[in-house]
Amino acid sequence: MPANIELQRLDGGLSRRRPALPARLLSRVTPRASERGLKQSAFDNRPLAYLLLAPQLTALLFFFFIPAFRGLIQAFQLTDPFGGSTQWVGLDNLAALMHSAPYWASVRATLVFTIALSVTTLGIALIFAFAAHHVLRGQSVYKTFLLIPYAIAPAISGIVWAFLFNPAIGPVANLIHSAGISWDPNRYPGHAMTLVVLASAWKQISYNFLFLIAGLLAVPKSVLEAAAVDGAGPVRRFVSIALPMLTPTLFFLVVVNFVYGFFETFAVVDATTKGGPAGATTTLVYKVYLDGFVSLDLGASAAQSIILMALALMLTIVQFRFVEQRVKYSV
Amino acid sequence: MVEKTPALDALAHLILMVGVVLICLPIYFVFVTGTLTQQQVLTVPMQWLPGDQLLTNIATAWQKADFGRLFFNSVVVSVGIVFGKISVSLLAAFAVTYFRFPFRMTAFWLIFVSLMLPIEVRIVPTYESAANAALPFNTLVEWLGLEQLWQQVTGHQVSLTVEWSLVNTYSGIILPLIASATATFLFRQFFLTVPDEMCEAARVDGARPMQFFWMILLPLSRSNILAMAIILFLWSWNQYLWPLLVTTDKNMATAVIGLRHLMPAADAAPAWHILMSATLMTMAPPIIVVLVAQRWFVKGLIDSGK
Repeated sequence: MPANIELQRLDGGLSRRRPALPARLLSRVTPRASERGLKQSAFDNRPLAYLLLAPQLTALLFFFFIPAFRGLIQAFQLTDPFGGSTQWVGLDNLAALMHSAPYWASVRATLVFTIALSVTTLGIALIFAFAAHHVLRGQSVYKTFLLIPYAIAPAISGIVWAFLFNPAIGPVANLIHSAGISWDPNRYPGHAMTLVVLASAWKQISYNFLFLIAGLLAVPKSVLEAAAVDGAGPVRRFVSIALPMLTPTLFFLVVVNFVYGFFETFAVVDATTKGGPAGATTTLVYKVYLDGFVSLDLGASAAQSIILMALALMLTIVQFRFVEQRVKYSV
Repeated sequence: MVEKTPALDALAHLILMVGVVLICLPIYFVFVTGTLTQQQVLTVPMQWLPGDQLLTNIATAWQKADFGRLFFNSVVVSVGIVFGKISVSLLAAFAVTYFRFPFRMTAFWLIFVSLMLPIEVRIVPTYESAANAALPFNTLVEWLGLEQLWQQVTGHQVSLTVEWSLVNTYSGIILPLIASATATFLFRQFFLTVPDEMCEAARVDGARPMQFFWMILLPLSRSNILAMAIILFLWSWNQYLWPLLVTTDKNMATAVIGLRHLMPAADAAPAWHILMSATLMTMAPPIIVVLVAQRWFVKGLIDSGK
């Protein structure tokens, strides 16, 4: 029966060629995994593609992947700083870290620093952003001045603030002294922490301010006008409409400030307090440096690096996980 | 929308003026201190008006810390990083968005992963890699037992370990700082927004991949490249931790590191006036760049934050 065979063949061909309905629907919405982020009119010149990638991947291999991998290994080794004999000690380094009081003190210092920094910068930046968004005249002049600190190196900002608050001659320390407070960041842990937070906040305020201003510009005018018609004043509109619409930006800035507090404090700490007094401002990154390059305790330093790496991975994932929900900026 | 809120307007201006003064006051003090004599700086309370010693102080600092050399180093390092990172990133981003090849997604993820670990958290092993860039080769030799093999085959004992130190070289400062993917990721995001028709049209006209890259893609990316260049310039000029570790020779230090050597030591008479005049010089280039190219700076900052 030729017709029947024909029908069977046709059907067999069809069912083999056509995937199940859900898969078909899905393929219409999302491109195949291997095609994601690829241009439709992509070139097929393979050797050229590998050649173009070579410089980036070589640099990453030598100065990113190999160091990161070695760091991972070192965390489980005990290295003699003078000889070079290495011993596999498993989780001993990490266990020692968990029982080390200075390490927990440094964790505490980092947390205090990060939270103080985030609250200070975000709070001040929000006030500036509201004011700059409200005024009509001179807005760009204010903006320009408020952005300048971002251009200044963290190390320089550390030097400058250390000078301003220098208990012997600093002009600001002088004002504090005349107010009757015995200011001395070299002796009082709280004063040292305040100094480090101020020196870091200086630069971070600029950054936070810029993103808040950009976020405020993206709040639809129509919504604000509707609220104005309903009788909401400028402050009420800011608090009840602009601020909730800024949530993604605020969230992003909190993450950025945490990233700064966890990983980028080295320059400021080194230029102001060098981790003192008595380790009060030794943040986690500064401790990695102290243990690795000053005490030459590679195992302990590597174990701390591992914990920091895990933290960095977490923060990056959080940052990118929410990247889709961020508002669109137009500057 | 016309709305009269005179009290709030005045308050907003007041907040901004106080803010601008407080934010810029530290810079003003750097300037004032840089223009005073040592005697004037050490008098308490310090005067708030500039003196006339700026040029003398700058000349002293210039000689004392060899700032001519340090500035030259800073320029070489910054230009190297900006130019190197942008070219490397453009090529890599072009490859992962415009080419179909096996392991394309693997390559993308390898690059993407490097966004996650800042250099601060892996300084010790990164320093070891720079102190001897041939380290992976040595490990490979040891792992494969090549030295023993050679000895067994030829009867001679040889050392196949190679030393290739990047400490105190420009490449030692530049290369590890190039090895991250912020710019690559940014350019990739931009390339994805370029209309497909551009590439199709170019191909219809017979353009080869690199012709398309040079004649169409690069001109289209001009404003992104400029914005990125400004952000990277600020970033590399202001680097501290890495140049500090990798330059032990004073002649190879950058300007920011040079300031550290001018910091008042405990036993000497504190030369704050010299330090501040040098600080003023060192922070001038990035500030000028931000003021002159503010539009690109803002664009770059917001793009790279995404």
